[in-house]
Amino acid sequence: MPASRLMVSEEADDIVALARELATQKLAPRVADDEKQAIFPRDIFALLGQAGLMSLPYPEQYGGGAQPAEIYLQVFEEIGAAWASVGVGISVHALSCFPLANYGSEEQKSRWLPEMLSGDTLGAYCLSEAHAGSDPAAMRTKATRTEGGYLINGAKAWTTHGGNADFYTVMARTADTGGRGISCFLVPADAEGLSAASPEQKMGLTGSPTATMNFDNVFVEEARRIGAEGQGLSIALAALESGRLGIAAVATGLAQGALDLAVTYAKSREAFGKAIIDHEGLGFVLADMAADVESARATYLSAARLKDVGRPFGKQAAIAKLVATDNAMKVTTNAVQVLGGAGYTKDFPAERFMREAKVMQIFEGTNQIQRLVISRDLARAS
Amino acid sequence: MRIIVLVKEVPDTYGDRKLDLETGLADRSASEKVLDEIGERALEVAISYAESHAGTEVVALSVGPDSVPTTLRKALAMGATSAVHVLDDALRGSDLTLTAEVLSKAIERTTFDLVIAGNLSTDGTAGVIPSMVAELLGVPHATNLGSIDISESEVRGMRTTDDGTMEIVTPLPAVVSITERMPDARFPNFKGIMAAKKKPFETVSLSDLGIDAEAPVPRSIVVAVAEKSARAAGVKIIDEGNGGQQLADFLIANKLA
Ligand SMILES: Cc1cc2nc3c(=O)[nH]c(=O)nc-3n(C[C@H](O)[C@H](O)[C@H](O)COP(=O)(O)OP(=O)(O)OC[C@H]3O[C@@H](n4cnc5c(N)ncnc54)[C@H](O)[C@@H]3O)c2cc1C
Repeated sequence: MPASRLMVSEEADDIVALARELATQKLAPRVADDEKQAIFPRDIFALLGQAGLMSLPYPEQYGGGAQPAEIYLQVFEEIGAAWASVGVGISVHALSCFPLANYGSEEQKSRWLPEMLSGDTLGAYCLSEAHAGSDPAAMRTKATRTEGGYLINGAKAWTTHGGNADFYTVMARTADTGGRGISCFLVPADAEGLSAASPEQKMGLTGSPTATMNFDNVFVEEARRIGAEGQGLSIALAALESGRLGIAAVATGLAQGALDLAVTYAKSREAFGKAIIDHEGLGFVLADMAADVESARATYLSAARLKDVGRPFGKQAAIAKLVATDNAMKVTTNAVQVLGGAGYTKDFPAERFMREAKVMQIFEGTNQIQRLVISRDLARAS
Repeated sequence: MRIIVLVKEVPDTYGDRKLDLETGLADRSASEKVLDEIGERALEVAISYAESHAGTEVVALSVGPDSVPTTLRKALAMGATSAVHVLDDALRGSDLTLTAEVLSKAIERTTFDLVIAGNLSTDGTAGVIPSMVAELLGVPHATNLGSIDISESEVRGMRTTDDGTMEIVTPLPAVVSITERMPDARFPNFKGIMAAKKKPFETVSLSDLGIDAEAPVPRSIVVAVAEKSARAAGVKIIDEGNGGQQLADFLIANKLA
């Protein structure tokens, strides 16, 4: 059953309907095989790009859709419901465009943003390092000043789309002053000295390549530095605030997909002479799953509305990411339970959903870090 | 050239399709409502012609309840120039003759060079509306085309029947219907959705068309409806070395071989 949504306008309804149509007709038939074989569906991103769904959050004058978070996040959710790797992919692409769109100069934006928002290109976001995940201020990758720009040296771990992206939004150290010594750069994929290590062998999200990006004397012209020197970490964290809403939406979609599967199965599977959904013990499991999905959706949409009117939403985004991904973990685990032995086999997507949900509690700030963000906000508030 | 495409809102084939046993009408709440796929293909024919022929206007025309604007907006988002919705309470449960009359009056009112329809709707599956409309408009019809070639003055196409294919050609104005052999329709896109908001959208009633639904003319009425009886269990053949023979016997007995 498609989620019941209250949309703000007819065209918002139509945009989400388009996402759902593409998801059911183009994504759903491919997901099981591609995930099994760890195929990165680059063509699916091209399809979404042509449909205009890859650039919804950003201004029209640079080729974006100028849509509020309340709308584009529901598009992410519909995509995530059909294919988590693709949902994560469009969210990461949006994250990678965020620094230039929000901190770039007019000249930088008109030079690079239209191509990044064209739907033909795909972005990646390089913040984490092997020893600096939760604590990015501990990063070591250096950008050293040289004639006309910088030379970047080091390695960025865990890069989603690493080796497949067209541009990389990279945080690197320009001074040894901890969190204040980091700057943000827009690095093209063909920059000399930039290379991808072999992709990680992951538990799930196998269709989404994750690789360490190695920087070996990568020259970046000064014009490609976004924001001031030293502003990088705060840009990165601002980007993550929005990015977390993207992950919350995708996790909600994933949970919705797992719920739909479980309900369909529970209506047709019989035990003790009746459909298992009619056994109260199992019906209540499904009821809890539905409650988890709806509350995840309500939580991310409520944070989105704050963002859309320009109010602070960092705490709410952290809560949304925490609630939606923890709920997705519960819902997908229970989906396996509802399907019984079948749920534990690869013949059904329940086990894959469960593997996909796990990573959502880890990236864009682990859920421990979300609690840290929330509790710090509580401590600060008067 | 002005092309009118007949599109219809139908229950999504993904969902369960049900009849309301009280009224005999399709239970529209039972599943999502979508633009009929064959109508989308018809629209694709018109839009792709319009793309390569400047000055072509594509009007999406639909008769149906107040949910129809959603599907007509999709037609506009795909590339139709304007949309016309015939909406009237008196049309509830209308039969083929009334539907054809309404369509032809709406087409005449808009004026046209070519009408394109799907050959068969996924819900009603009567398959006669295009011919009936042509008859009422007094223009030739070329139905069940699996390929189509539109020019300024005529339409040419291949009609596939059980017995073979025939090439047919008709001068314009005309009504044609196309089959599933025609290419898949494009998806709308974000720009199209935003542009659709600004396109002309007209809602007309039966009195606008000068039609009296209560006029004393013969109409078909539904006398009774019943749920489709459950399918009986099929024949199970257990292969104990003679499975092939049993299969062959079954096919022969059922005149399938
Ligand atoms: C599939 C995948 C894709 C990714 N994509 C990207 C990407 O595109 N770009 C990018 O930059 N990064 C990406 N990451 C990296 C991801 O953001 C990090 O893995 C994450 O931030 C956690 O960092 P870590 O792995 O170093 O764990 P650590 O920081 O080592 O944490 C280990 C454990 O300690 C806990 N912990 C750490 N600090 C605290 C604390 N203060 N209080 C309580 N608990 C704490 C954590 O919650 C965690 O449970 C990706 C990761 C994965 C798995």
